[in-house]
Amino acid sequence: MVGFWDGYVWPGVVILAQILLIVVPLLVAVAYLTYAERKVIGAIHLRKGPNVVGPLGLLQPIADGLKLLVKETILPARANIGVFVLAPIITFTLSFIAWAVIPFDEGWVLADINVGVLYLFAVSSLGVYGVLMAGWASNSRYAFLGALRSAAQMVSYEVSIGFVIVTVLICAGSLNLSEIVMAQKDLWFFIPLFPMFVIFLISALAETNRSPFDLPEDESALVAGYFVEYSSMLFALFYLGEYAAMILMSGMTVILFLGGWLPPFDIAPFTWVPGIIWFGLKIALVLFVFLWARATFPRYRYDQLMRLGWKVFLPFSLFWVAVTAGAVVAFDWYPS
Amino acid sequence: MILPALCFYMFSAVAIAAGVMVISARNPVHSVLFLILAFLNAAGLFVLMGAEFLAMILAIVYVGAVAVLFMFVVMMLDIDFTQAREGFLQYLPIGGAIGVALLVELGFLVAARSVTETGDPLTAKLPDGTGGVTNTEALGQILYTKYFYLFQAAGIILLIAMVGAIVLTLRQREGVRRQKIASQVARRRDEAVEIRNVTPGTGI
Repeated sequence: MVGFWDGYVWPGVVILAQILLIVVPLLVAVAYLTYAERKVIGAIHLRKGPNVVGPLGLLQPIADGLKLLVKETILPARANIGVFVLAPIITFTLSFIAWAVIPFDEGWVLADINVGVLYLFAVSSLGVYGVLMAGWASNSRYAFLGALRSAAQMVSYEVSIGFVIVTVLICAGSLNLSEIVMAQKDLWFFIPLFPMFVIFLISALAETNRSPFDLPEDESALVAGYFVEYSSMLFALFYLGEYAAMILMSGMTVILFLGGWLPPFDIAPFTWVPGIIWFGLKIALVLFVFLWARATFPRYRYDQLMRLGWKVFLPFSLFWVAVTAGAVVAFDWYPS
Repeated sequence: MILPALCFYMFSAVAIAAGVMVISARNPVHSVLFLILAFLNAAGLFVLMGAEFLAMILAIVYVGAVAVLFMFVVMMLDIDFTQAREGFLQYLPIGGAIGVALLVELGFLVAARSVTETGDPLTAKLPDGTGGVTNTEALGQILYTKYFYLFQAAGIILLIAMVGAIVLTLRQREGVRRQKIASQVARRRDEAVEIRNVTPGTGI
């Protein structure tokens, strides 16, 4: 039985502990992202934001969570109950399983797989199912319209995200996330690939259904979009999933373009700071851009959103893939 | 190792059960959801075979794109399910024949695997000199060298299919006002606004 203990039980316990080590800080980060969002938008509006619960309103997310917990779960009578309950669970799960391949520091990764980028891309493309299932199972016009909008939007912007990832892969020469970060040791990819960085950021807003592309929620036209029929913990799962997806997309931006855990300058005071701090700071920076965009821009009209995705981003990113590949071949810049 | 075997039986059992549910579920949306479950389990089987690139591509292309469109269409369809079931017996012979043919082919593969002694026909062979590379690289090295023209031809066929679908559904409607963003952006202030001095009581 020694082989069984050493071969299965102990590694299983270690992996479970590692998963907890990722998920618990992530949940705290999600809770405080909602707080940060209200504070940042408040500051931009010259308001104070939440400031009543606890010092500086710091206990606000916990109060919100408690309030959601004790509310009644309402299942609409005409809803397709199985799918209705499954939808938020899928959204929530998908936004967390992607973190398995994210490298937080050199070697700090749960699953260092060869095809890390493809795994992330696959998980983010599955995210549409939670929305689609929620909209259909609710058996409500508003929810269904929101789900259809969201599905079309996410599929459209995934195409340009795919091409952006291809350009990064051409420059990095690997599908492994740690190797992509290490390929940026001398130069972060957002400098040579700046146009793709901008496209990726905007597509990330659309992919996570964030303002100014939050048409699936569109409260002035669709009440609340696909989750209009949800309440209590099922709603909370959607909410947590959405914010975790935001953090995930920021993490992807940091890994693909902003050098992951690498310090901005490879000299003394910067290299003293551990990599995970740099990673967290960079994610916070990208998240701030998400919140800033929400407070600044009005919502896009739906046909303009589709036009931007298919007629602007897709041709441009395709063109840039060709330019990058051509430059790599012409100047012999093959990644080692 | 017991674990890969357990995973294999779990993935294949769920895949087969989901496949059965695809054709037996009453609600077409449930059918599509079970189809997605079958795809994901097939991706799991690919991972067990060490073909992680194919597994991820299966998840991205089939689950992330193709099945979304299926779901889109099925959700929008307004069909009478009992009426759709009436043709079941009519289509059973041809559907059954295709199913039997596929099953026999699978049987041949398994038989071939057990009789050949030289090697396993189900295991993909890497080209020489690619030992120790990831299967993404191995796939790229063979796809862009040996099968380059076939690969390009497959791309062109898909492109033609896409153009064909667009041509079939494209229609020019009369009297539709389209937004011309370029002309909106190109408009200057002096084209849009005119300031006049109006003497009181006369109008323009």
